[in-house]
Formats: sequence, structure tokens, C-alpha cells
Amino acid sequence: MALNEMHAEAVAGIVDRVLVRYRRDPSCMVQMLREVQEALDWIPPEAIDRMQASLAVPRTKIEGVAGFYAFFYLQPRGRYRILFSDNVTDRMLGSEALLQQLCSNLWIEPGKVSEDGLVSVDRTSCTGLCDQGPAMLVNNRAISRLTATRIDEIAELVRSKVPLAEWPADFFAIDDNIRRADILLDAEFAPGAALAAARARAPDEGIAASNMRSWREGLPSGIGGPIATLDEIKRANLRGRGGAGFSTGLKWESCRNAPLKAGQQRIVVCNADEGEPGTFKDRVLLTSKPDLVFEGMTVAAYAVGATRGFVYLRGEYRYLLEPLNAVLAKRRADNLLGRDILGIPGADFDIEIHLGAGAYVCGEESALIESLEGKRGTPRNRPPFPVTNGYLDQPTIVNNVETFAAAALIALNGGDWYAAIGTKHSAGTKILSVSGDCERPGIYEYPFGVSVRQVLADCGAGDTQAVQVSGPSGICIAPAEFDRIIGFEDIPTAGAFTIFDNTRDMFEVARNYVHFFQHESCGFCTPCRVGTSLLMNLMDKLARGCGSPYDFAEIEKLNQLLQSMSHCGLGHTACNPVLDTIARFRPAYEKRLTQKDFTPAFNLDDALSQARQMTGRDDTHAHLSTTHGGQA
Amino acid sequence: MSHTFTLDGKTIPFEPGETILQAAGRAGVYIPHLCYHPEFKPHGSCKLCTVKINGRQTASCTMRAMVGMVVESETEEINAERRALTQMLFVEGNHFCPSCEKSGNCQLQATAYHLGMMSPHYDHFYPNRPVDASHPDVLLDFNRCILCSLCVRASRDVDGKNVFALSGRGIKTHLIVNAKSGRLADTDFTLGDKAAQVCPVGVILKKRQGFAVPIGERTYDKAPIGETLAEGK
Ligand SMILES: Cc1cc2nc3c(=O)[nH]c(=O)nc-3n(C[C@H](O)[C@H](O)[C@H](O)COP(=O)(O)O)c2cc1C
Ligand code: SF4
Ligand code: SF4
Ligand code: FES
Ligand code: FES
Repeated sequence: MALNEMHAEAVAGIVDRVLVRYRRDPSCMVQMLREVQEALDWIPPEAIDRMQASLAVPRTKIEGVAGFYAFFYLQPRGRYRILFSDNVTDRMLGSEALLQQLCSNLWIEPGKVSEDGLVSVDRTSCTGLCDQGPAMLVNNRAISRLTATRIDEIAELVRSKVPLAEWPADFFAIDDNIRRADILLDAEFAPGAALAAARARAPDEGIAASNMRSWREGLPSGIGGPIATLDEIKRANLRGRGGAGFSTGLKWESCRNAPLKAGQQRIVVCNADEGEPGTFKDRVLLTSKPDLVFEGMTVAAYAVGATRGFVYLRGEYRYLLEPLNAVLAKRRADNLLGRDILGIPGADFDIEIHLGAGAYVCGEESALIESLEGKRGTPRNRPPFPVTNGYLDQPTIVNNVETFAAAALIALNGGDWYAAIGTKHSAGTKILSVSGDCERPGIYEYPFGVSVRQVLADCGAGDTQAVQVSGPSGICIAPAEFDRIIGFEDIPTAGAFTIFDNTRDMFEVARNYVHFFQHESCGFCTPCRVGTSLLMNLMDKLARGCGSPYDFAEIEKLNQLLQSMSHCGLGHTACNPVLDTIARFRPAYEKRLTQKDFTPAFNLDDALSQARQMTGRDDTHAHLSTTHGGQA
Repeated sequence: MSHTFTLDGKTIPFEPGETILQAAGRAGVYIPHLCYHPEFKPHGSCKLCTVKINGRQTASCTMRAMVGMVVESETEEINAERRALTQMLFVEGNHFCPSCEKSGNCQLQATAYHLGMMSPHYDHFYPNRPVDASHPDVLLDFNRCILCSLCVRASRDVDGKNVFALSGRGIKTHLIVNAKSGRLADTDFTLGDKAAQVCPVGVILKKRQGFAVPIGERTYDKAPIGETLAEGK
């Protein structure tokens, strides 16, 4: 047998094992591609051959999906695939120098594969380890707290081809860093207690029958436990923790009231995509309180009558998969998942974990559902909304990790208890992911209403110039606003709280965020696909010293267009970091406006750099002096 | 009668379930669009058809008409934004209209004229997009692809072939064809496919047909796109 035939056969064997595990179901495409890549280090054409034949789907479908996600490789990327987290906090902690150190150590260029095909080094969007950066992923396993010494050790391990499984275990230690705990992170919680409390709220007579009917059929009103549970959630005034702050009770009720077609079921999805740079509280909830989150999902299933659940876990948190699956297995063994949960007839619900593969936009709920269905993560046209037409066209609720954890506590302690915490418009607590310039970065849970100033004091921030609340899609505030409070009535947040002291250049902060949006735009709609690139080019132009006041007007215009024409929230918010910093830190920009009149971004001398590199020349005659266009 | 909304002050009747763009088209009112085609499921990606409904902007090709909606379309504000979108589409690809076989029949070009686009305004991206001339009857010039996905939908939904799909992400989104080699010649695509006829720009071109109709006598040379497309065609 020829060598390439043997290779194809070996690949087919590996692919087949993966496909069987997913029952050859094309809606599991993202999961199948992930496992194929985990086994083969990339997704070779032979693997696609086999998938195409075995799944009976067109090749274009497989390649289209694989091509969308940053963590899927249709070209070889080496046996060690190293990605440096490129959040602004990683940069502040020196990630770029470490990246250069590793590259020169391994004799490779960033973004390229080494000539022997052993290793590649590149950058990736925030990996959610901002409180213990700089961080990297090696074949999707996270290493935090990188230092120059650690980089040398890593280079040596790679050069000696030590399998990742044999790298020192302490490299992979990730800390929770819980600095302030409140009702959620302090909860003494026995698995099953919230469900038992929810059931106990049902009127006594006919409880079994009413539960059974409602769980299966999600009948609209008037029956037993599920309605009582929904009432508690509403009474608690719980609002979504994923950013938009939609009323959880209303969302659940719409899903419950949505008609089911024959053969359909209701779906509960936990959004653990946590892609917003600077956010890492869902990671900590999933490591420290997984039962609370899963129980919240089960409470939701009880309330809306859902029988199937998913956790959509970002690919960057791949290392959480096994521990979380172990918790799920335990819950099944304890009859907290599966059939007739807690002995309630018809109370059937189970949870599977699906992993993402490096796409921030998949945190948007309809893109998330597309990805769960094994497709490219493109946001859907709405209406219809997921509550009526979600996963495989079935009624679906999508909620953030923290929302489910809060729901479990509400089921346990009641809505009134919860509503009394926080402020009038923002009930309960909020978990903040604090990072950047402070002494004690980490996780801080506060009742809503806490002031920015208080948080800064608690985490030991001094000389603070700015705080980016809720990540690049949130807002950037200056010291004059530090008495503002965290809450839906003032500063709503998905959790990121990134601190910049007076030594930081707020222009470069905004530029980093703009690069993030450009990299993460899904490319579906014209304004966001092209607009985020135009915005990035403008910011790079300012950074090169070619900016004029004219470019400010261009940025305003782009913002207007992205706000009004974009398909989803990514495009709507892509200009926020620039507008916020222009409004508050104008000197950082003015420093760059070396040109009074419009200056083109094109620089003839720069354009010749390729020719210089090819000819190995860098003498004065190989350079042009230009009359405009920034530095020579 | 009862099922009507207003579009720029004009009363437009609609059938329940119809989108704003469909109803407007039937009433002979043109709303600029590129990724919409009456024979296919709306895509909602180019955003040219964006209108303002009760103060909020949304794509009219995917938004169902509802009784009493107040829709604005031909305002200077919206048209300026549409113009910016066409400029974005021009700089994102490589469009050299004078040497393009589609010139005069091209909806991007005609829409740009309609909107009074006088220059590309933005810096060109000059992407590197090799052409695919492998197929005996058809040339694919990806330089002009605006990612409208009409060929994708035509091949999938009408031809039952899935010859085309979008791959990549963000600004790197691109069209791929259904062959391991990545070449159109190695697919089951034929000139008779619906997908061979739907491209609004000059990507999917019939070979050996170049300039059969002289420039100056082509569809949008004779009448602007607003008049040509409004008849619900
Ligand atoms: C681009 C984009 C990214 C998002 N990423 C996340 C995310 O990572 N996690 C999350 O919970 N919500 C995210 N959202 C919000 C979700 O669409 C959705 O509103 C949320 O999951 C609903 O849950 P909640 O009501 O519990 O907040 C994102 C939205 C957009 C537009
Ligand atoms: S496709 Fe249209 S816009 Fe592009 S070059 Fe051809 S005629 Fe011009
Ligand atoms: S080839 Fe033509 S029809 Fe297909 S996506 Fe590109 S522009 Fe649209
Ligand atoms: S929604 Fe993804 S590019 Fe616009
Ligand atoms: S025609 Fe409506 S978005 Fe393209």
C-alpha cells in the first residue's frame, strides 16, 4: 500500500471513531471537527473526505464551518500550537516581549509554522486569564503567569518534543482568585436543594400530575410547581447577567408559552462563551460553583418545561470539559439529571457540554445557537427570536452562567429574599472580573449599587486614569465618574472591570480593542465586515503619525454607520472604545495628530519595505524621503 | 385596505407574511438591495435595503410588514449610509468597471450610480483573490465577489448541488466551491444551473461570451436600476 493510502486509512479510522461518538449527526459538526483536530493536530483534506462520505453532507458545508472558527486549522499548524492571549491586560504585563522571546528562541516568525513543522506561535483574543496574565494556550491548554524564565522552559520542552501531557503540571495551574464573595460565591449549597425547594412550592394536591403535564407540555398557566417557580424568578426581578439585562422571568415565560410542534422539545442553553475581553467570572463560577449553575439550568427546565440542555463553553476553556462532565455524571447518579428527576414523574432533563472554537461572536445568542447546530457562527435574522424558534427551530432560552447560578439561589430562598438585595432597579449581586493596574486582581462579588470608587479601593488600585467597564463593548470612564454605580440604572456590565493607571496610553488601549473587533467580526454583514477593518486601518494610521482632524470625522461617520446598519451587537458597539476615549482622553489622540490637513495612509517608503527585505538592502538609497506621511 | 403600511408617506398594501421589500416591490417602489432576489429566501447581509421603521433602522428584506408601520426609505440620511455601504463593497474587492464584462449589467455598479456614489472614498484593500478559470464554460473572478450568497442559495435550494459556500470569517470571508481541489472544474456545476445566472456582479461569467452586448446598450445603461427592478422583477 502506498504511503499516502496508509495515511488516508489511518485518518479515516480516527475520524470514524469521532463520528460514531456523535451518532453521525451533522448538527454536531463543530464538536466533531474539534475532536478530529485534537487527534490529528489539524483537519487534513483526508479527514474531510471521510466526513463528507460518512455524514453525507457536502464538502462545502464542512469546509465552510471549519473555516469560520479561529481554532480550526485547514493547514498544518505544528504539533505545538502556541497562542498568546492578546488582551490589552496581557500586553500591559509584557506579553509582546515574551512572544518575541519565544519566537527568536524557536527561530520562527509569529503567525508562521516552523520549517520542521513542529511548532507555531501566534496571538489569540483574550483567553479569560486577565487576573493572572500574561497567558497562553498550548493546543488549547492554558498556561498563565508567563515569565521570561517560563518562556525559556517552554521553548526547551518544545525543542525536545516533550509531549504536552508530560509538561510540569504546575504550568497549567489556574487560580480562582476570589477576593470578595457574596450570596453566590459564598453559597452553602447542597446539590438538589433548589430543585426540592421549587417542588415544595407547588400546591399539594395533584402535584405529580401537574408537574408531569407541565414539564412535558409546558402548559401556559395555572399549574403547580413550574408556575410557582416562574413567579419567584419574576418576583426576584432577576435580569440577565450576559450584558443586555433582559428580564429573565419574561424570557422564561415566553419560552414556556411558545407552542411546540410535533416532535419538538424546549431547550435550555447556558451561555459560557465569555468572550468579552477582560471577563473571567463565568470561568470561576464553573470551577467553584458548577452545581449551582447546573441546578439553575435544571430549575429553568422545570419552569419552562424543557427536556434538553446545553452548556456552550468557549474553546479557550477546553480544560474545564472533563471536570464539568464529572459533575454532570455525579448529578445523574444522584437523580438530579436524567429521568424523573427527584422522583417527579416526567421530570426529564439532561445537559451536554458543547465547546466553541475561538469565535467571540458565538456569545451572541442566535450565533451561539447556529454554532450549537454545527454551523458557522453567524447571528440570525430576528424576529423570530430563540424563545420561539431557537435550537433546531425549537423554543429555547439562552442565559448567562451567572444568571443560572442566581436562579438556583432564587429557587432556594425565594424571590422576595433576592429582590431585597442590591438596588431598586438591579436586584441581587454582580460578579466583577477585576484586572489591570491594581494590587489584587481577581473576582469580586458585590450587591448591585457598588460605586466604581469602592471597587477601586477594594482591589488596591492607585493613580487610576480610567476603568473599562464591561469590556470593549461596554464603556470607558474617567476619574470624574468614579462615583457612578454598577447597576442597570447607571453602568450595566457583563462583568469586566479593567483598570488603567496614569502610565497607560488610552489611545493604545482603544487600538487594541479595535483590533479585537476587526478580528472577531463574523463577516456576514457589509457594515461590520468592512467597517471594522476601516476603523482598524484608521487607528493604525493615527498610530503611525499620519492622523489629521479629518480622521476624527471619519471615525464618527463609521460609528454612525455601524450603529445603524450592523446586523448584531458586535458591529453596534465596535466604535465604542474609540468614541469613549476620544471624549475623555483627547490628549492621547491629539498627540498623534501631527498633521493639520488630510494625509493619506499610504506611505511610499513603507511600501518599499518588502523590496528592501527581498534585496537585503537597507542603505539610504533604498529609502525615500517623503514630504508627508509620518515618520521616515 | 386593512393590510397596509406607509413607505415615505405612500400607502403600501401587503399580504400577511410579506416583507417590506416584497410589498414595496409589488407596489412598484424601489428600495436598493443587493443580496435579495425574489426567488430566494432573504439573507439580510448586504444591508443596502435598510429602512427606518418607527425610528429604528432595520433590513427591509427580512422584516415582515405589519399594519400601520411607518417606514422611511428615501431620506438623505439613509441614502448617505447606503452610499457608504456601496463604497465599502467597492474597496473591499477589486472592481475595475471599465474592463469588467458585467459593466452595465452589474447591480453593484448600477446601485452605486443610483445612490450618486462619485468616488470610493475609502482606501482600497486590494485583496489578493486568484481567479478560477478551470471550468470549460464558466470563469470565476472572485475579485468582484460581494459575498451576497445568492449563488450559494441558488445552488443549494434550486440546483440541489451545493456547489458554492462561504468560508473564512470577518474580512477574510470568501467563496469556496465543492471540490477537494477547490476548482470549479472538479464540481458538478454546469452552465444550465440556476447558480450560473444569479450573481449580481461580475464573478460568475460565461466564457466565450465577452461583450456580446456592447457597453452602452446593457440593462442599466438603458434605464437606471430603480426603474428596472421596481417592477417586482
Ligand atoms: C457579540 C456578542 C457577544 C456576546 N457574548 C456573550 C457571552 O460571551 N456571554 C453571555 O452570556 N452573553 C453574551 N452576549 C449576550 C447574549 O446575546 C445574550 O443576550 C445573553 O446570553 C442572554 O443571557 P442573559 O439574559 O442571562 O444575560 C453577547 C452578545 C453579543 C452581541
Ligand atoms: S462587478 Fe460590477 S462593480 Fe465590480 S468591476 Fe464589474 S461592473 Fe464594476
Ligand atoms: S459569486 Fe456572486 S452571487 Fe456568489 S456570493 Fe459572490 S457576488 Fe454573490
Ligand atoms: S453581524 Fe457579523 S459581520 Fe455584521
Ligand atoms: S437586500 Fe436586504 S440586506 Fe441585502
